[in-house]
Order: sequence, then C-alpha cells, then structure tokens
Amino acid sequence: MKVLGMNGDNAVAYAMKQINPDVVAGYPITPQTIAIEKFSEYVADGEVDTEFIATESEHSAMSACIGASAAGGRVMTSTASAGLAFMWEMLYIAASLRLPIVMSVMNRALSAPINIHCDHSDSMGARDSGWIQIHGENVQEGYDNLIQAVKIAESARLPVMPCFDGFIVSHAVERLEVLENEKLKKFVGAYKPEHSLLDVENPATFGPFDMYDYYMEHKMQEHEAMKKALKIVKDVGKEYEKISGRGYDTLSKYRLDDADIALIALGSTAGTARDAVDSMRKKGINAGLLKLRLFRPFPAEDVKNALKNMKAAAVLDRSDSFGAFGGPVFSELRSALYKTSNVEIVNYIYGLGGRDITSEHIKKVISELDGISKTGKVKEYVQYLGVR
Amino acid sequence: MKGWKEIPEGGLILEPGNSVEYKTGSWRAKRPVLDKEKCINCLICWICCPEASIIVENEEVKGINYDYCKGCGICANECPKKAINMEEEK
Repeated sequence: MKVLGMNGDNAVAYAMKQINPDVVAGYPITPQTIAIEKFSEYVADGEVDTEFIATESEHSAMSACIGASAAGGRVMTSTASAGLAFMWEMLYIAASLRLPIVMSVMNRALSAPINIHCDHSDSMGARDSGWIQIHGENVQEGYDNLIQAVKIAESARLPVMPCFDGFIVSHAVERLEVLENEKLKKFVGAYKPEHSLLDVENPATFGPFDMYDYYMEHKMQEHEAMKKALKIVKDVGKEYEKISGRGYDTLSKYRLDDADIALIALGSTAGTARDAVDSMRKKGINAGLLKLRLFRPFPAEDVKNALKNMKAAAVLDRSDSFGAFGGPVFSELRSALYKTSNVEIVNYIYGLGGRDITSEHIKKVISELDGISKTGKVKEYVQYLGVR
Repeated sequence: MKGWKEIPEGGLILEPGNSVEYKTGSWRAKRPVLDKEKCINCLICWICCPEASIIVENEEVKGINYDYCKGCGICANECPKKAINMEEEK
C-alpha cells in the first residue's frame, strides 16, 4: 500500500493519471484548476496516453467530451461553479445520449455576489440533468469515488459527477492511500462501447432530431437507467472494497442505529457532524449521523430504512432552492419518507459561499432536534444556520 | 409504434439511411395540387423543392410525393404558370 500526502485536486489528477483516459477536455476554474493543470503536466511528461484538449470554455469542454465519448473513448473532465453552470445545455446532452463521461466537481458557490468558496449550489443546480451524483467527504473519498465513477458510468451508460467540497477538500492536504496501477487497471477494465461513431462497420447516428412520437420513450429509458444505477453504485462499492479495503454504499451511518435523532449531511460537513454527535452523546442525547453519499439517483429506500426509528431529523443543506420548501436534499428526503415514517424532519441551510460550519452550530441543531423529539413541536421547518 | 424497451438507447439510430421511413408528409397543413393542363414541364418546381417531392419521369412532371411533401408552398410560389395550387389539408 502506497500512502501519499495530497490535496483533493491533486488526488483527482493522480486518479485520472492511473485511469489513463483516452480524452480529457478541460477548462480551468477555481477551485478545480489544480486538477486539470496537474493532469496536463502528466500529459506533457508523457505519463499518460490521453489526448488532452484545452478548450476555450466549459461549454466547449463538455461538447468535446461528448464528441469524444460518442466516438468511443473513455472520457473525463472536471469543473466547478460557473463552469458547471456554463455546461448546462451540454450536461443534458451527455446524459441523454447515454455517454459515460466522468466529471469531478469541486463544489463552489455561484455568483452573484462573486464567491469562490464552497457550497453545493453548482451540482444541486444540475440535479435534474440525468447525471449520477456522488458526494465525497475527504481526499480519500474523492480519489475512491472518481475511480468507482468510471465503472459506474460505463455499467449504467450514464455520466457521473463525483463531487467534493471546494477548498475544504480540493485544497486541503490529507493522507491518501492510492491503489497500485495494476489493481486499478484491472478494476476499471477496458472500455468497450456498445456503439461508437468510429465503428464504421456498424454505423450509428448520435443525436438526431426526436419528435413527440419518440422523445418520451427516450426519457423513460433515462428514468429507468437511473433507477438501475442504484444497484450498480452499490455493487461497484462492494467490488471496490475487495481491492482497496474501503467499501462504499449509497450512504453511511454513524452512531445511527441506536439513535433517536438524526442529522443528514453530505460532503465534508459529515466530519464536523460526527464530532458534534460524539459531544452530544456525552450529554445523554442519542444523536446519530446519516452521511448521504449518493444524491442521484436518490437512494430513497436506504434512507427510509436508516431513519425508520428516528423521532426527529435535520437535513443540512449546503445550498438553497429559493422559493422552495427547503433545500434540495431536504425536499428530496422528506418526500421519500412521506407517509412511511412519523419522523419530524427539519431543514438547516448552512455554509453558503464557504461560510464556516463548526461543531457548535451542529450541536445547536442537535439540541433543537432533542426539543422536537421531546415535545413533538416544530417552530420552523426551514431555517438558515450560521447567518447574522 | 415501438415502446421504450424496443428502441436503441440515447436516441441512437443504428440503421443507416432510414430517414426514408419517416413520412414527413404528415406535417403538412396545405397540400400542393398540380394542374397538368397548365403545367409546361419547365421543372422549376422540381429544382426548388427542398424535399425532392416533385415526381419527374422523362423530363415530365408526373405528380407530387405526398409522403414527404411538407407543404411549404415553394413550388406553387415559383411556378410561372400558376399550375400548382395550395389547398387546405382536410
């Protein structure tokens, strides 16, 4: 086992180097820049066989990825924030053409006011685009998720967006266990597309016009592919455990099985939440944490099972859905549990634009949940946490 | 028509040259009707038709292929003898 000290972006570049994709098309944007920059160095140094395309925008980067993927290549890229927003049109095309592109996203707030720090507004904005979305907590998970994403994408025939928190993970140097090249290569295997533009013996047309007579059937296929992807994510997570010792599921639980109240978080906040759970347990409050790893497809059944015995739960959303009844994770999770559970679920929107979230903030949330579980009364379902 | 399980994923078309199977004539709101009495076989309609829907044999206009004519009316507009009339589809 090889252990390195690396930040999240470099870990992504390192994993990409080991995967050695056919094509990478990218454009720099903070806090993703280091990843593509580092990867372009690997290209320049001849450490990979990848055709690297430095595009003039993210819209072009995703367009190039779509073309290369349709041509039958294993294709990767990376972006964040405004870059992801600029890809908007192409995200849907990548997913609808069922192209297994893998794109790491280093979550960053959207303008305005302009801000380069972490929140989940970027990837949450793309939640309906047909991409599988996986959230990693730290550098190790960022590395592990990216490798699994390749296999998930190619099995599900859907693009995958492994996300982690910008700066908090992308720029923090942590301990990273990397796989041996041979093990990794065997795990991801060779990519054999079912159809490709370069297969002249079996010509295929990609992206033709689709009217009301067939468009809906194609959307139904995407709908079903997403449902199937749930099992693929689980299977790949188990298989990855065999080569790495680190297993992955759609979610992970921390002191949740004997808990009365639950926190639900994704990304780096899970670590802070575990700390808060430990503190509050010492005070006799039975809190636990559900760390959501998979956001798309949403693992409704797993979430239901994990929260079935709770009296109260709080979803921590690192983005707002302005005008909606709560943040995106809250509305999704609450809807999944509707009528199947009596748990009161409340929502805290926090950490926007990189606003720090501390153990104290989360302890306050746990105290409020304790109150709800004892009185059954909710003062406010949706609140901002850590705002003046 | 085929269901979602029976068609290629991603909207792909796996059979080359099959656009001929797509009868775009159903889009038509107005139908060009040829009056052979007035037609002088100048073939301007044949040159202008964007859908190659003017049927010509031995340099003579024989009729209109309604499977693919979308009813754009260019033929009627260009005809120097007003031999093509656009009539409402019923």
